[in-house]
Amino acid sequence: MTTPTTETTSDPLGSTVSTSTTTSAKPSAAATARTSGGAFSPRQMVSSIPAALRKLDPRIMIKTPVMFLVEVGAAFTTVMAIISPSLFAWGIAIWLWLTVIFANLAEAVAEGRGRAQADSLRAARTTTTAARLDAGGHIEIVPATALRRDDRVRVRAGEVIPGDGDVIEGAATVDESAVTGESAPVIRESGGDRCAVTGGTRVLSDTIIVQITSEPGETFLDRMIALVEGATRQKTPNEIALNILLAVLTIIFLLVILNLQPLAIFSGARQSLIVLTALLVCLIPTTIGALLSAIGIAGMDRLVQRGVLARSGRAVEAAGDVSTLLLDKTGTITEGDRKATGLLPVTGVSADDLARAARLSSLADETPEGRSVVTYAEEQFPAQSAIAAPADAEFVPFQAKTRMSAIVLPTGEKIVKGATNEVLAWVEAHDGTVPADARTIADEVSAGGGTALVVATHAPEMPARVLGVIRLSDIVKAGMPERFARLRAMGIRTVMITGDNRLTAQAIAAEAGVDDFLAEATPEDKLALIRREQEGGHLVAMTGDGTNDAPALAQADVGVAMNTGTSAAKEAGNMVDLDSDPTKLIEIVEIGKQLLITRGALTTFSIANDVAKYFAVIPAMFVAAFPGLAALNIMGLHSPESAILSAVIFNALVIIVLIPLALRGVRYRPQAAAKLLGHNLLVFGVGGLIIPFLGIKVIDLILTLIPGLN
Amino acid sequence: MAALIPGILQILLVFAALALCYRPLGDYMARVFTTTSHWRVERAIYRLGGINPDAEQGWRSYLRSLLWFSLVSILLLYLIVRTQSVLPFAGGHTGLTPDQAWNTAVSFVTNTNWQSYSGEAALGVSAQAVGLAVQNFLSAAVGIAVAVALFRGLARTETSQLGNFWVDLVRGSVRILLPLSTVFAVVLLAGGVVQNLADPVTVHTLGGAVQHIPGGTVASQEAIKNLGTNGGGYFNANAAHPFENPSAWTNLLQVFLMLLIPVALTRTFGVMIGSKKHGYAILSAMGILYIASLAGVIASELVNASGALHAAGSALEGKELRFGVIGSDFFAVSTTMTSTGATDAAHSSFTPLGGGLLVLNMVLGEISPGGVGSGMYGMLMIAILSVFIAGLMVGRTPEYLGKKIGPSQMKLASLAILVMPATVLIGTAVAFSLPSVRASLSTSGPHGLTELLYAFVSAANNNGSAFAGLSANTPVLNVMLGLAMLLGRFLPIILVLALASTFAEQRRVPDTAGTLPTHRPLFIGVMAGVALLVSALTFLPALALGPIAEALG
Repeated sequence: MTTPTTETTSDPLGSTVSTSTTTSAKPSAAATARTSGGAFSPRQMVSSIPAALRKLDPRIMIKTPVMFLVEVGAAFTTVMAIISPSLFAWGIAIWLWLTVIFANLAEAVAEGRGRAQADSLRAARTTTTAARLDAGGHIEIVPATALRRDDRVRVRAGEVIPGDGDVIEGAATVDESAVTGESAPVIRESGGDRCAVTGGTRVLSDTIIVQITSEPGETFLDRMIALVEGATRQKTPNEIALNILLAVLTIIFLLVILNLQPLAIFSGARQSLIVLTALLVCLIPTTIGALLSAIGIAGMDRLVQRGVLARSGRAVEAAGDVSTLLLDKTGTITEGDRKATGLLPVTGVSADDLARAARLSSLADETPEGRSVVTYAEEQFPAQSAIAAPADAEFVPFQAKTRMSAIVLPTGEKIVKGATNEVLAWVEAHDGTVPADARTIADEVSAGGGTALVVATHAPEMPARVLGVIRLSDIVKAGMPERFARLRAMGIRTVMITGDNRLTAQAIAAEAGVDDFLAEATPEDKLALIRREQEGGHLVAMTGDGTNDAPALAQADVGVAMNTGTSAAKEAGNMVDLDSDPTKLIEIVEIGKQLLITRGALTTFSIANDVAKYFAVIPAMFVAAFPGLAALNIMGLHSPESAILSAVIFNALVIIVLIPLALRGVRYRPQAAAKLLGHNLLVFGVGGLIIPFLGIKVIDLILTLIPGLN
Repeated sequence: MAALIPGILQILLVFAALALCYRPLGDYMARVFTTTSHWRVERAIYRLGGINPDAEQGWRSYLRSLLWFSLVSILLLYLIVRTQSVLPFAGGHTGLTPDQAWNTAVSFVTNTNWQSYSGEAALGVSAQAVGLAVQNFLSAAVGIAVAVALFRGLARTETSQLGNFWVDLVRGSVRILLPLSTVFAVVLLAGGVVQNLADPVTVHTLGGAVQHIPGGTVASQEAIKNLGTNGGGYFNANAAHPFENPSAWTNLLQVFLMLLIPVALTRTFGVMIGSKKHGYAILSAMGILYIASLAGVIASELVNASGALHAAGSALEGKELRFGVIGSDFFAVSTTMTSTGATDAAHSSFTPLGGGLLVLNMVLGEISPGGVGSGMYGMLMIAILSVFIAGLMVGRTPEYLGKKIGPSQMKLASLAILVMPATVLIGTAVAFSLPSVRASLSTSGPHGLTELLYAFVSAANNNGSAFAGLSANTPVLNVMLGLAMLLGRFLPIILVLALASTFAEQRRVPDTAGTLPTHRPLFIGVMAGVALLVSALTFLPALALGPIAEALG
């Protein structure tokens, strides 16, 4: 492929990469920056002309049979025009060639939009070498392309990671902006869920040993390049089905034309082969045939612009069909961290006492939840903020085993906070009695969707006592209920997945407006839920990042792995979200739907167009034999020649006019299917019937200005 | 125009009768094809044929049985009409020539009933009753069987079994067609249709000439001729003959019989797939096309500007006065819309646009309501095509009744739709290139073109009606039209059964708000529109050179 240079790093590469995939914390802004081609512009069309001409090669054309037939027709009419030249013959021949070129142009423009991005990505790939460790631990410098699965490489600060892999030794900060467009460095370390690194990203600090997990040419970067270029694009099932329909329509119209000449001869109105070819091209579904592959490429491109890489077009299509969406509660539906939202003392304890204990126990607690307790206590009880933390207090961090954290003050007083059952048991174990309302308060907090942290204290020589409950609440992200309502309108059921208990889950589910929830979910539960939904005929989409999400990601019809996730998760999913934004699923579904709608709309438009073309061409062909057929010339076209030529020109121009729509996609607004169909039928069906009448008439008026055609 | 009101009332009467029978007959047929119990007579038949009626078949096996059965039927019928001179009650008729026998055998087994022979002049009682009438039942039962197999495919999930062809064939004949045609044969007898085994009656006319007027087993054949959308007349004049269709009310009854089973099958469909509203939706799409065509033909026949017709008040040439213009139009539209092909008037004598509409009725693909069974599966192919295009426009990969329309479904459905146009277009193209065929036409120009176009459209759609004017009994036309009938019947059946199987193997995708509703008015309109658009786009050039050129001069 390419020969690697010996330079370990090259400065321009970093900057090239980041200009095309600039940086922003906000996904939406990042998406804008990622738009490789930007909005569609006429300049793109002009620059794509050479590529469009190269595609005239019949060996390439044969892949789109409809347009191949047009090319054959163009070649045929050219020969005819050379044999017996006339302005009409040449006019038809030229416009048939233009029809083919316009079709190729659509595809070339769509491909071109991804190419710029691919080029910069490729730069990241070609300029890397690797420091490979052999069995004895010696380092040899090899080209990155020579790396195989399970090779181990050492990467130092400032170096580019040569291939996809897992960190097996050390920890480092890594700049992943080349791939994700995200400028903030991320930490990658051995073990756990943050061990995956991507080839082409740069280590900023420290040294790590990486075990390669991909074969050459199959790295994430390679796939991404292939994807944005549309090189490995395979036709999706729906595209194949549509192609079958188009092929059958083409065969029918080919038969119509083959049948027409004997009938015409019988009727004493033998037709020239040029006219028959022109009619054939007008009738076969050239509009959708020309734009079909551009629609597919542009759909993938739209995903890439939003920072999502789909393994296959099939996954994008499946996204349009999704009927069940599994969303993790934390980070997707709610803010990542829970916050303290209440201090509830038990009977006989003052609020101030509880606030003091809660704050003291959390001062040394660096978790976001701990900090939120301090903030809340200081906001609600300003007097507390004056009390400084005792210098030599001993902090016992939260442990999964004990399910509580504790602080031992210099006075010997020990304050604990943690899960209800554990703390209450601890109190009893230290000669305390649990007040009657402690559990009631904790249960009420749970029922309200919060998490109860019970605070208790044990001073020396005294029985332990319960002070009260800290209420930690999930904060549902803004706008969530609206988004779920939109999904509901699209026919998609949302299921919230959470490790919380039932009561808590139920309350949050109600607040966020999801349709269902799975509480106390284990990875196995998640997998079982997906299987159950699929058995009911539903298509399931989910996001995940951890290694234990991998089976569920693989099982789901649309599995979106977060780019921050593990290699296992990224391998298992069929999409990767570079922004690691779990709400992206909603956008992915919309893009999938938009892709399908665009296909259907342009197919309808293409077929509906035929009616007007018949009204232009049929009277033109036979008015000499049957003058009465002039009544069918409802457009009042000037002459038979101008009528036929106008239809052919319209047929070619409509491709050009529709390229922007094919690339942008038909606008999709979430609404019930029946409404959507009504709207699109009106625009593309009825519009497809009417527009060509107007278009052909206008072209005919212009043609009458050309001398020699009359 | 005075005839308009009673004419319309007659039509409404037939519609009311159909509405009355819709639910009971549709539900009954659904029970017939879903029950597990066998009648004693059926058990006897199964034992005779060595059939295990409780074993189901996959699509290949179902198809194999169907094709073998049809092949044997063709051979048997061929033998009967070739050797009828040695059969009892032959009435002195000799055997048909090989090409005409081939044409006739294929014609009746494919439910087409194109008759290149003249009924009473060519065939004796035995050939008509043992050969043709039997196939009237069996070919209709085959059509119903295929439709039912497709219903099962849509109704079932994750199975490859589509039912048992022999059971469907036997039940369709024994439980549906035989009882109904027995009842209606008696009603027709009461209406004046003849039924005898006597020799022709010899009559001396006032003018001194001698006429031999043949009778025969007419009533028994007449009932199933319409009920099974067969259409093959006992007499050459078909339903215009007073012995087949004596009066205005038998005329209406025959129209009712043609429409009865195809209409009620939409109910059977709804019941079997568990969604009656989908049955209504299919019926509505059929109804829209039917009523539009009927209105068009009546308008064209009543309102016409050309001289002679204007003087006569309406287009009565070629029509029986006892039926009148509207009665003839009603019959003509029903016979071309149902693949029956019986005629009570000369379609050739219709006004150019009226005759053109009759051709258009057939090129719709015999789907509104179409032949028994074949209309139903034809319309379902259109529904699948509609759902594919419309389904994409709601942003889902298309599905119908919870079944995905993927590449293999699309391939099968669109090929099934392709068969008829391809057969007609290739057939007419070849025929017009042959001087011998052009010589069979009664006239040149657009009318002659319509004659031959009509013949191929009628054959490929298994309709069987003739435009009149064409001398169809030539070896070339007999062979070509026989081939068109054969392809037009069995290629779609093969594809439909394969399609049924791909549906049966699928799971059912549950309905959500994002699912395209396929039973609402909008989609009904789409189905009718797609059917019209596909056939109009395919046949507009041919129609332009035939009926349209004739109409517009």
